[in-house]
Amino acid sequence: MLDDFFVRALVAGIGVAMVVGPLGCLIVWRRLAYFGDTLSHSALLGVALALLLQVNITAAVFVVCALVALSLLLLQRRASLSSDSLLGLLAHSSLALGLVALAFLPNVRVDLMGFLFGDILAVSVTDIAVIYIGGAAVLLVLVFVWRPLFAATVNFELAEAEGMNPARANLIFMFLMATVIAISMKIVGVLLITALLIIPAATARRMASGPEAMALIAIVLGIIAVVAGLFGSLEWDTPSGPSIVVAALIFFLLALLPAAGIIRRRPPSQGS
Amino acid sequence: MLDRTSSLLTLENVGLNRGGRWLVRGVDLSVHRGESVTLIGPNGAGKSTTAKIALGLLSPDEGRASQAPELKVGYVPQQLSIDWTLPLTVRRFMSLTNRVSDADLRDALEMVGIAPMADAEVRHLSGGEFQRTLLARAIARKPDLLVPAEPVQGVDFSGEIALYELIGEIRRTLGCGILMISHDLHVVMADTDSVVCMNGHVCCQGPPRMVAENPEYLALFGARAAGALAVYEHTHDHTHLSDGTVRHSNGSVTDSCHPGDGHHDHADGHNEADHA
Repeated sequence: MLDDFFVRALVAGIGVAMVVGPLGCLIVWRRLAYFGDTLSHSALLGVALALLLQVNITAAVFVVCALVALSLLLLQRRASLSSDSLLGLLAHSSLALGLVALAFLPNVRVDLMGFLFGDILAVSVTDIAVIYIGGAAVLLVLVFVWRPLFAATVNFELAEAEGMNPARANLIFMFLMATVIAISMKIVGVLLITALLIIPAATARRMASGPEAMALIAIVLGIIAVVAGLFGSLEWDTPSGPSIVVAALIFFLLALLPAAGIIRRRPPSQGS
Repeated sequence: MLDRTSSLLTLENVGLNRGGRWLVRGVDLSVHRGESVTLIGPNGAGKSTTAKIALGLLSPDEGRASQAPELKVGYVPQQLSIDWTLPLTVRRFMSLTNRVSDADLRDALEMVGIAPMADAEVRHLSGGEFQRTLLARAIARKPDLLVPAEPVQGVDFSGEIALYELIGEIRRTLGCGILMISHDLHVVMADTDSVVCMNGHVCCQGPPRMVAENPEYLALFGARAAGALAVYEHTHDHTHLSDGTVRHSNGSVTDSCHPGDGHHDHADGHNEADHA
């Protein structure tokens, strides 16, 4: 069954959607969209380094993303530039460095568009194994750190005072983000990973009554967007990443419609 | 279980230095079970630094800080904004840092008087209801030590008095220690046992004096409220300058300030009720 490239892409995409759902919720709650962007842009530098040093691309992307996340933490402590300036600096300089470094590799033919926007043709059985093993690891760690991570999302001081070690939880969250970017790069591409993190989570917000429910709904919406997007990509020969994001956007807009509001609205408890 | 009489936390001559500057220095402080201690002082006086050292979140650069083993803290944060993107009911919020049983949840909400709000979304609560939710969450943990940081922000003045009374009631019911942090110099719970006034160091500490006959307070809040309030107001006779030196009221500048350096005039500096 996995002989078919499209089935491989579907299986891989569903695996990615299951991991980005809960992490996307945390990104939205913590207002870290730009941070996610910065990490995913730096992934291209990881690709370039992997080709240069002839090492595994997924591993190199993970290492570069983790290093960028750590350097951001260090730079924020010194705080000579504001956080958003730092993020902009890191995001675009690492993207530019990656593009320049790729140009210096004359012997390597690189499908740049595939890295930037995702490529369903490129998904191998090994990629699926990496996505599912990496994804399972991310979800498992997330279950273990969920309470301190969520408490730190609501209020860092409170979590700290009540002995939850939120600083450690935040550090683990950075590594989870780096892992997710490394494993989802082939499906959505580095430029659009943040969109796949944010849009299903934002859509889920309107339907959810609690944080955990929102994470689960984001997973379901992510899977629907991946399946719809990949079919669209196959049908109209469009790059897979943008197709998935467009599908997610359509579901977001549908959830805004008044009809959706009637379904989700609880029966009124008071008069009028 | 913690001993009833043993101290929950103790600070001995504690100081914290950052970048060559003493944020706090010479702080002695202890909180026992059933005891209420209030830290007051202006902004930047080192109240929250002191609280963090007391809770073991910062290690002092000099002096000793110790906490009772397995000290369970219930923290009431200064301010907390719940983003629209976060769906959070009061019920879920109550088990933010530990699982809370339905019975404990109901008891805590009833104690602060918001039992009907259990399934409301936190961001729909009024300022007063939200403050009560923060308190309820902290006491549902059954803490050894309750730490309210500026417990009355976003609440009007009569709501403020009600909250102080509520904290007093919680202490009597649960028997926990209380370490309260307030930049409010003049309104302090009457039944706090000890007030520690800070200005980079402990500038004075002791039991608060009650407002005995202040007619304005009595007129504003009635006799019951006057019992819940105490005036403990004085002007600081020295200013900590940005370079770490200290300017005293007589214009002299010294490198440090210690209670014994002759520049502290607490006996006359305080404007307490018994002077009136």
